Amino acid sequence: MSSHAVVHAPVGGRIMTRPFMVLLAIAAVGAITAAYRFANGIGSLSNLSNGYPWGVWIAIDVVIGTAIGCGGYAVGLLAYVLNKGKYHPLVRPAVLTSLLGYGLAVIAVVIDLGRYWALWKVPLFVWRWSHSPQLEVALCVAAYTLVLLIELSPALFEKLRMGVRSRVKSFAEGALRILEKNFFWLLALGLLLPTMHQSSLGTMVLLPGPKVHPLWFTPWLPLLFLVNCIIMGFAVVTLEASFSAAVFRRPRETAMLSSLSLVAAWVALGWVVFRLAEVTLTGKLGYLGSGYGIAFLAELAVLVAGSAILLSGRRAQSVWQVRAAILLLLGTALHRINAYLVAFRPGSHFSYFPAVPELLITFGIFAAEIAIYVAVVKTFPILSGAMPSPAKT
Amino acid sequence: MTLDRRSLLKTLVAGGVASTAGALPAAAYVRKTAPPGAMGMLYDTTLCIGCKTCVVACKQANDREADPGPWREAKLYDAPVDLNEDTKNIIKLYREGDTTSYMKAQCMHCVDPACAAACMLHSLQKDTITGVVTYDPAYCVGCRYCQLSCPFNVAKFEFSKALPLIVKCELCRHRIKDAAVQGANGFTRYPKGQGPACCEVCPRDAVIYGRRDELLAEAKRRIAAAQGKYYQDRVYGERDGGGTQVLYLSHVPFDKLGLPELGDRPVPEVALSVQEGIYYKVPFVAPVALGVALAAVIYRNRRVEEVRSDEGEAKS
Amino acid sequence: MDALHGGPLTAGPEHGTGVDRREFLKVCTMAAAAVGLPASVAVKWAEAAVAGLKPSVIWLHFQECTGCTESLLRTAHPALAELILDLVSLDYHETLAAAAGYQVEDALRSAMEKNAGKYVCIIEGAIPTKDNGIYCKIAGRTALEIVHEVADKAGAIIAIGSCASWGGIPSADPNPTGAAGAPQVLEGKTVVTIPGCPANPYNLLGTVLQFVTYGTLPALDAKGRPMFAYARVIHEDCPRRPHFDAGRFVERFGDEGHRLGWCLYKTGCKGPATHANCSLQHFGEVPGAWPIGIGHPCFGCTEQAMAFRMPMHSTVEIQRPTPPDTYPPIHAEQGGVSPVAAGLAGLAAGALVGGGWMAAKKLGGGEEKETSPDKGA
Repeated sequence: MSSHAVVHAPVGGRIMTRPFMVLLAIAAVGAITAAYRFANGIGSLSNLSNGYPWGVWIAIDVVIGTAIGCGGYAVGLLAYVLNKGKYHPLVRPAVLTSLLGYGLAVIAVVIDLGRYWALWKVPLFVWRWSHSPQLEVALCVAAYTLVLLIELSPALFEKLRMGVRSRVKSFAEGALRILEKNFFWLLALGLLLPTMHQSSLGTMVLLPGPKVHPLWFTPWLPLLFLVNCIIMGFAVVTLEASFSAAVFRRPRETAMLSSLSLVAAWVALGWVVFRLAEVTLTGKLGYLGSGYGIAFLAELAVLVAGSAILLSGRRAQSVWQVRAAILLLLGTALHRINAYLVAFRPGSHFSYFPAVPELLITFGIFAAEIAIYVAVVKTFPILSGAMPSPAKT
Repeated sequence: MTLDRRSLLKTLVAGGVASTAGALPAAAYVRKTAPPGAMGMLYDTTLCIGCKTCVVACKQANDREADPGPWREAKLYDAPVDLNEDTKNIIKLYREGDTTSYMKAQCMHCVDPACAAACMLHSLQKDTITGVVTYDPAYCVGCRYCQLSCPFNVAKFEFSKALPLIVKCELCRHRIKDAAVQGANGFTRYPKGQGPACCEVCPRDAVIYGRRDELLAEAKRRIAAAQGKYYQDRVYGERDGGGTQVLYLSHVPFDKLGLPELGDRPVPEVALSVQEGIYYKVPFVAPVALGVALAAVIYRNRRVEEVRSDEGEAKS
Repeated sequence: MDALHGGPLTAGPEHGTGVDRREFLKVCTMAAAAVGLPASVAVKWAEAAVAGLKPSVIWLHFQECTGCTESLLRTAHPALAELILDLVSLDYHETLAAAAGYQVEDALRSAMEKNAGKYVCIIEGAIPTKDNGIYCKIAGRTALEIVHEVADKAGAIIAIGSCASWGGIPSADPNPTGAAGAPQVLEGKTVVTIPGCPANPYNLLGTVLQFVTYGTLPALDAKGRPMFAYARVIHEDCPRRPHFDAGRFVERFGDEGHRLGWCLYKTGCKGPATHANCSLQHFGEVPGAWPIGIGHPCFGCTEQAMAFRMPMHSTVEIQRPTPPDTYPPIHAEQGGVSPVAAGLAGLAAGALVGGGWMAAKKLGGGEEKETSPDKGA
């Protein structure tokens, strides 16, 4: 592991704190609602309809949820491809966040699927595979979740290695060695798979072409979605690192986050410029005068605001790093909600707004994500206990 | 040879952009044509009297339940307001001032269906002989991507059920037992009781079925015989959205009847040319190449790191 | 000289029949049309009648009001009923027989012997089964005994009216006599049932005339009812159906809608669930002479589940709903926003973004706490 100079350690401490129990309660409400959905069908508690077959469970829980899970991807690109070793301490918590993001997105998919019991056929019935962009997303997400789990497994084995039983210790030691040897291609997969499916999430929006508003219907959408998820990944990592440092009373990584935020800001600005250029050069500026135009501009305005903060001196301050990250997260999330919900126009006679149970399940999923993160971070060596040695850049 | 990180990175980025750009539409998407034996329907709004016998016959032939519609409590009628999980065929009314027209709505059986392009395991697919877009629940996971993709909003989902299915017109293929043969009136027909139930009961032959090429010819005959009677003197579905097997002749604008102006481009063309361009043009080369490149870079980076840290340890 | 020319039927009123040849053929044709048989059979009947080859009919009466016989007698001109009685040989009928007592019972026995295996046995009225059937006795024998004996050697068995078909009004709760229909009593035998209270006489005429002409019975459904009359429900062919489809209902007897002849569904019409052909074939050959025609809801007299069981004015379920007289628009509004959901979503979004913005201070607060890269391990 490149974590030669990075030592991870569990945070320790009581897991069942008051905030944790609040999160559990929200997650429990979501779980009960989900159970009701399985017993009585999707129509019994959602506003999904034949006009709007996809709602917040897909647009938020899955599409944004997986993008939130791109922290590991974004930081991984910096740390392993561009070899910016200084970001290594951010990697493992980012991978945990990613695993939770993707794992819970998979749960959201199962809740949303009407015939979820047939899901096992998707990866296995190879002879029936089609060219549907959704198939590729499904397979990649499943594979990526597995890869994330393996990428995070060193945390498990390190904990086992700290134990008492010698048989367990040597097993853990052996596992760690095998992982170390194979990590390079696991990491490669962990960077390839998100590249594939995050862009295909954009391709998916292209299929209902006539029903997608022209401001979002562009063959460049796959690229837009890909870069979008990288920006969101950076933002999530910033938030998660600041949250961990504050809540678990860890040393801050403000300088590292400052460099990270700078990268994020430039990528975000580049994304905004590309988006504007695409709309201008394809003659779609006329649409900006409508309500859709407002939604379009909102995405860009929020990203520009966030980038502006980060390009200024405020980037060095934690409080502004966090605020800018919130803006970047909001801007990228808006783009995805717009592409999958707002810009989707089945016909003016159809309308959709999530029903309360749909929202409860969404809240439950995100609450579960945070709760599991906290529990794992306290139990397993996820957060770094040290900064990398000065020899690194 | 050492891999220079910078140049490798440049190559990767360039490659990524190139493969994305190379997949832009009109790259190499092969437009589909209807199979030679494609069966379809021809609906002529100038003949329809709105009797709804086709709606009743479809319900019976497909064993669907009545939808009480606005009369939910009394359950007096079968009054769906649109195609839905119990209604595969419906008659709607367009009225604007003095202009009225009935409109029969059901699956269009597109030549290049977006729903079939969306379906992961070909649960919805086009029959290779009749071209009917068929549904096989065995491979359906209920993702509803087909509903999202259909430009005519045809596919419906049994949201009310715990074990739901997709529901749409399948041209009564479950009634077919024998082959279709050339009939006396020039249209290829199945024996009585085997073709689409709606066409069988229509008292005015406002909707008829037959082979798509025969129906197209008939539609063009009608247009030629009555110049100016039909909107734009054209058949909807000849090329719209890549072509459909259910054709429409109308005396009012098509979009007033809920038939969107799609142009000639097949509905799935943009999405599939992007997807196929990236992944399938030369099967999976792009992702595999990218994966191998990434693995190489990471391996090299980690080796460099190990060397450095060993040096660092040795020094300390 | 054939039967139609110079035979007794050409003789005229002074010879007893009261009709001439033309009139006779006309009525035969009418009768054939009325029961759905081709006009060509009219000639066959006329010839058979004149030749004296009249099939024997034995008509049994049990727990009945004689309404079915009466309704038969009210078909067309009075002459038609007589003609029917001339087309068949009505060898036993307790209402119409001239004889009585032992003589008529003798007539029954000799008719049975002479025409064994060929006579048509028509049953009117329910058959009590309780206490060995003592609640209906004729000439000292129970209805049960009589029906078994007569039906045993019959060529065809027809149960006319709801009472004979499934028990009718004598079988209404609490059914103190154990009244049952002929099919329940004559298990294993094919019994044509022609329910109704009274039965529509043309349904009987059609069945009997088919049997005497072709020797076959019409296609029957699972309850033994001829499909030509009982395959459809009243609702399917009701003349007031357009009012039903348009939502024009009578709310109370005597109201405006009632006067205008609107649909009687809401007053409890059982038409949608009642198999019968009254809506097409009215009674007494007077157009409109049937319950709905005169403004009263159908009470389902042919159906055992409804007649004398379901309250007269309770509505019945529409078994196979069909579209109403309205049309959905091209684009019908579907979906909506619940204010609660909108509130909840807004609150959540606001709390996350706004709260996060404010909490940033806490998350980021205290730059002094930042450690230098040298510290930590």
